[in-house]
Amino acid sequence: MMKFTKIAGIFASLALISACASTGPDLDATAGTDTSATTQPAGPVPGSQADLENSAGHRVFYGYNEYTLTGEAQSTLARQAAWLKEYPETRILLAGNCDERGTREYNLALGARRAEAAKSYLVSLGVDASRITTVSYGKERPIDPRSTEQAWSVNRNATTTITGAGA
Amino acid sequence: MKKLLIILLAAIAAASTPAFARVTIDITQGNVDPMPVAAPNFLGADEATQGLGRDITGVIMNDLDRSGLFQVIDQRAYIEKPESVNQRPRFADWRIINAQVLIVGEVEELSDGRIQVSTRVWDVYSDEQLAAVAFKTPADNWRRAAHKVADFVYKTLTGEDGYFDTRLVFVHETGPKEKKVKRLMIMDQDGANPIPLTDGLNYQVLTPRFSPTQQQITYMALFDNRPGQVYLFNIETGEQEQLGTFRGMTFAPRFSPDGRAVMMSMERNGNSDIFNMDLSTRRLTRLTDNPAIDVSPTMAPDGKRIAFTSDRGGSQQVYTMNADGSNQKRITFGQGNYQTPVWSPRGDLIAFTRIYQGRFYIGVVRPDGSGERLLTESFLDEGPTWSPNGRVILFYRQTPTRRDGSGGDSQLWSVDLTGRNLRRVRTPGEASDPAWSPLLP
Repeated sequence: MMKFTKIAGIFASLALISACASTGPDLDATAGTDTSATTQPAGPVPGSQADLENSAGHRVFYGYNEYTLTGEAQSTLARQAAWLKEYPETRILLAGNCDERGTREYNLALGARRAEAAKSYLVSLGVDASRITTVSYGKERPIDPRSTEQAWSVNRNATTTITGAGA
Repeated sequence: MKKLLIILLAAIAAASTPAFARVTIDITQGNVDPMPVAAPNFLGADEATQGLGRDITGVIMNDLDRSGLFQVIDQRAYIEKPESVNQRPRFADWRIINAQVLIVGEVEELSDGRIQVSTRVWDVYSDEQLAAVAFKTPADNWRRAAHKVADFVYKTLTGEDGYFDTRLVFVHETGPKEKKVKRLMIMDQDGANPIPLTDGLNYQVLTPRFSPTQQQITYMALFDNRPGQVYLFNIETGEQEQLGTFRGMTFAPRFSPDGRAVMMSMERNGNSDIFNMDLSTRRLTRLTDNPAIDVSPTMAPDGKRIAFTSDRGGSQQVYTMNADGSNQKRITFGQGNYQTPVWSPRGDLIAFTRIYQGRFYIGVVRPDGSGERLLTESFLDEGPTWSPNGRVILFYRQTPTRRDGSGGDSQLWSVDLTGRNLRRVRTPGEASDPAWSPLLP
């Protein structure tokens, strides 16, 4: 067990190095999740990723093999749209994700559908489409690595990440 | 690629006994008993060639054994110790240990520094030579010579081309499941000589596919901040290039059987359709135009039909269409989902991944949709790829993670067309998305 943790630590640091080495901004979907919220007692910086996550929520979830938006997903996206209007310079990346219960290729297509469904809803609420980039990660970026129904339901999502001109 | 020179050996003075029916293996039968075969270490005149002879024999025996068609008899049981490749064996000594086929070989060092590997294949029961062959090659290329000998034995006994002198590309995986480092790697079919081809730093490699005609690979590069794109990789030069520049994601690439085109899916505004790219002109032709997801194109070896996955009927099923996109029709109708069809190089079958009631299966079906057979089942089996002779399927199997999120390894496995002979394929670490090369020239 000790050994495993150690190895995992090495891989984590490798991942960090590779993120720094890439030319673009660090877009690891999980990177900005908790750190700023917990280390800044004054609360998240307005217009930041942490602010978006706190005041709107940055993830919407889908049913198995589904890409239709649930009522809850629509509420989250409505809050995201309101937030994006408050910070009109902000650009976002919308990433569609799938659970591991499909093939790699079909899941890439399904992830694209999920990202597009979320984008379309934001656009229908008045967010300029040019502010939104969509990608599909298929089943390649699970949030929860476990092979359980609970993990799979979390891994079927569209995740919003600020990519530019945020605070 | 190093060249191998093939020479047919002259037959040894005609056997006095009349030839009985030749030993043959019918590889279409699902319940064959493996053929008992004996292979003493290939002979050599000095220590160096004797050492090579031992190594070469080991590779041949491993190839034959893993095919499931042969049972290699332990060398400790052998009575006769052959002294020359040009000497008739004492067949009685081999019949006693129940060998049906005897392989005798020799390694010689040539004056130009190369080696010659000579092999004779004997039918122990009819006391006759079935075939003989010799390969000349640089000494450091001895593994390929051994695979060529194994392919020669396979063809002699089955009547069909072998698949041992081939390579595999696959995705080498390291790191946590949440964000794996995925590198393109290549190795010999038996797991020897693994070489990483990409560094895994700036993108993940997914779904590599071998060109059926050249030392080329196409794969999808998955980026963090822009849609994934299809790439072309030249194995000999190491050069890689993106196949076109598109706003949407391009993915699920696969070569046409003549190697001159790459079929792929392209996503536009969330919807995925199938396109064909001519590699010389880089012109893209649309093949499907459907509001449903169309992915995973694969072309029949005669170039006339294409199979693909679509969810246009509500669930994911395999469809076929003409090479120009016309005449689209569904061919799978079973319960659950059918995905990632892969046309056999023989043309007679299409392999697929089926998902049904939470289990994954690798199966095969005829191009007209009849004769479906499931070959494997597990928590997650996917990504079938065919041996160049269409007799063996490789795929990857992922185990479920444990409650604490650890585990969940991916490994390569092989199974033959009859569903028998399920075996792990040795890789350095975790591996997924295998793709089989054609037979090497």
